[in-house]
Amino acid sequence: MIQENNDTGGGCGGTCNKSSCGCPSDEMTSRRQFLQRASTVTIGAMSFTILPVAMGDGTESQFPMANGKGAPNEGEQLFGFLVDSDKCIGAGKCLTACRTENDVPEGSHRTWVERYVHFKDGTLQVDTVPETGFAGSDFPIIDPQLVDRSYFVPKLCNQCDDAPCNQVCPVHASFTSPQGVELVDPDRCIGCGYCVQACPYGGRFINPETNNADKCTWCYHRVMRNEKPACVEACPVDARVFGRLDDPNSEISKRIAKIPTDVLKEHLGTHPKTRYAGISGEVK
Amino acid sequence: MDAAPYVFPNDPGIAWSIMIVLYPYITGLVAGAFVVSALYHVFHQEVLKPVAKLALVTSLCFCSCATLPLLLHLHHPERALNIMVTPNGTSAMAGFGFIYSLYMLLLVVEVWLVFRSTIVDRANSRTGAIGIVYRILALGARKMTEGSRKVDEWAIHLLAMAGIPIACILHGYVGFLFGAIKANPWWSTALMPVIFLISAIVSGIAALIVLYVGMCWRRGVKPDADCVRAMCRYLWVALVVAVSLEMLELGHMAYESGAEWEVLSGLLTEHLAVSYGLIQVVIGSICPFLLLLVAVRPRLNPRLMTACGGLAALLVLVQVFAMRWNVVIGGQLFSKSYRGFVEYTVPWGGREGMIAAIIVLTLPLLALWAADKLLPLWHDSEASESSPFETASRIISPEPIGAAFAITAETTTPVQTQPAQTQLTSPAK
Repeated sequence: MIQENNDTGGGCGGTCNKSSCGCPSDEMTSRRQFLQRASTVTIGAMSFTILPVAMGDGTESQFPMANGKGAPNEGEQLFGFLVDSDKCIGAGKCLTACRTENDVPEGSHRTWVERYVHFKDGTLQVDTVPETGFAGSDFPIIDPQLVDRSYFVPKLCNQCDDAPCNQVCPVHASFTSPQGVELVDPDRCIGCGYCVQACPYGGRFINPETNNADKCTWCYHRVMRNEKPACVEACPVDARVFGRLDDPNSEISKRIAKIPTDVLKEHLGTHPKTRYAGISGEVK
Repeated sequence: MDAAPYVFPNDPGIAWSIMIVLYPYITGLVAGAFVVSALYHVFHQEVLKPVAKLALVTSLCFCSCATLPLLLHLHHPERALNIMVTPNGTSAMAGFGFIYSLYMLLLVVEVWLVFRSTIVDRANSRTGAIGIVYRILALGARKMTEGSRKVDEWAIHLLAMAGIPIACILHGYVGFLFGAIKANPWWSTALMPVIFLISAIVSGIAALIVLYVGMCWRRGVKPDADCVRAMCRYLWVALVVAVSLEMLELGHMAYESGAEWEVLSGLLTEHLAVSYGLIQVVIGSICPFLLLLVAVRPRLNPRLMTACGGLAALLVLVQVFAMRWNVVIGGQLFSKSYRGFVEYTVPWGGREGMIAAIIVLTLPLLALWAADKLLPLWHDSEASESSPFETASRIISPEPIGAAFAITAETTTPVQTQPAQTQLTSPAK
């Protein structure tokens, strides 16, 4: 059995200068030296690991605004999006345009179009429009005699003012642009998936090619060049309307002023900027 | 209005896999084991002395592996440090790095201080490779004086006290991660952090019972009957509270029958019927509840008590894992359309597969095995060595524990009434 060292400091009274007599002052000196060494090692390790990252080395954002808050500044343009369900014909052109424009991998979706079919027997069928449209797919054609009413609802990011995806992102990779568009910084995202869980609308996914969180950006790269989002440009019936909410003469402002619109899952308090016309409460 | 199933197109691939089940499971064991060690170190539950060091080292071993499932889950693990470098103050997850680091640091320092006298002794007496290991662990301090011992004891007591709230925050915060997701009605409840916290304590006590009984069996000694019985009592109380809260949450959802209850009831009856109804409730809650009722009877044969308690603890560990599974995976088995369900099967291979999960769960046990080789986890193995705990108990906290922990009063030996050496009741004797 190992014997305990019961040395209590000897008889020097802690006044000696020897380095190994075991007196209390020697112990204190040893402890202080240890702490000094430990601090040096810790700071040295940090300078090789955390500090370069903190100073921007390797993870410099390609979005300057990622480092600040994304609330629109005074004088900045504020974008909005209107989905007019009454106009959508389920052509699927928007889906192909989005996938092509944004290199969205198969199996993932920045936008999709839902079909709601109310049958005369009181049942409801919800499904998604294939990218070729129903006409070009092998989907069975529903007998119109059985249907009371049906409509299409294009879905995309709701660009919430109080976006839960931004709130939960642990590393500031999700942020709001000054124009009110929710974006993901691909150089900062750690791929934890918390934003995917937090989005109430199923609008986010982990891109299997980039391993980043991915989502609809209203084609931010296009709209900042004064172009329309790809889906808006591809829509043959103007069911998707994009524009500036801060301009009362823009088409979106005029249409929102004239027709009743709604947002999805309003009770969650996310305050979406994407508004929907012609939908009922069953659309979530 | 009847509606056919419909799943949002991005929902079929669930974002959080079995690794995110393991993470709260492991941190729960960490927090629970620490609470057990604190019951001895801070609240002076002498009856828990045989497992006090084991609890602390178990907590450290599991804590050291707690980040593994997260790193395996992250799609960009190379950016993991961003969570501390560019933390988002509004994100519940952003606190992880700081809370975990603080807790890990606390555990490392406390364990080091607790075993310092042994480490210094062995650094001075052992030779060869093992001697080098002890000399490294001694961090240059090769002498123990009465003065330094007192400072160590003071620091241990302080760290044990500080560790309780940090352990609670560590695991309560994990529950908050889920409870704060308003998009998910299965998660979004204020009870979630409390449920996670209590079930952490449940899992920690259960793990210690299993480890203690198992390691005693492996060492060929009898487990301390009073200690096992006391842990069974704590486990019984914690299990009752945890299961009550879980049922309360479920009952509240069912009674309210809000808009999402339809999908949640479908989730429970069709997709979680086995993992929730059978495993979590029947096998994991009711069976151990009854077994523990038997185990805590005062005059029960010690061997039967140990068998009942050990079996109950094993079942409780299964219950807590099932609870984590049902929360994490269950919450992703329904689409946010609230109209349809998705399937999840754990793949065998891959970073987030079954094999990786088994390895992650095995590593803390390997670390514990190594710690057992290196440090005296059992009080009988260093009966002649003066433990800082004993002296700390004598010097720093002469008061016995209050009424809140009176459940073990009959098996508790007041610290100040006997010399420390006479309290050592070696199972080997």
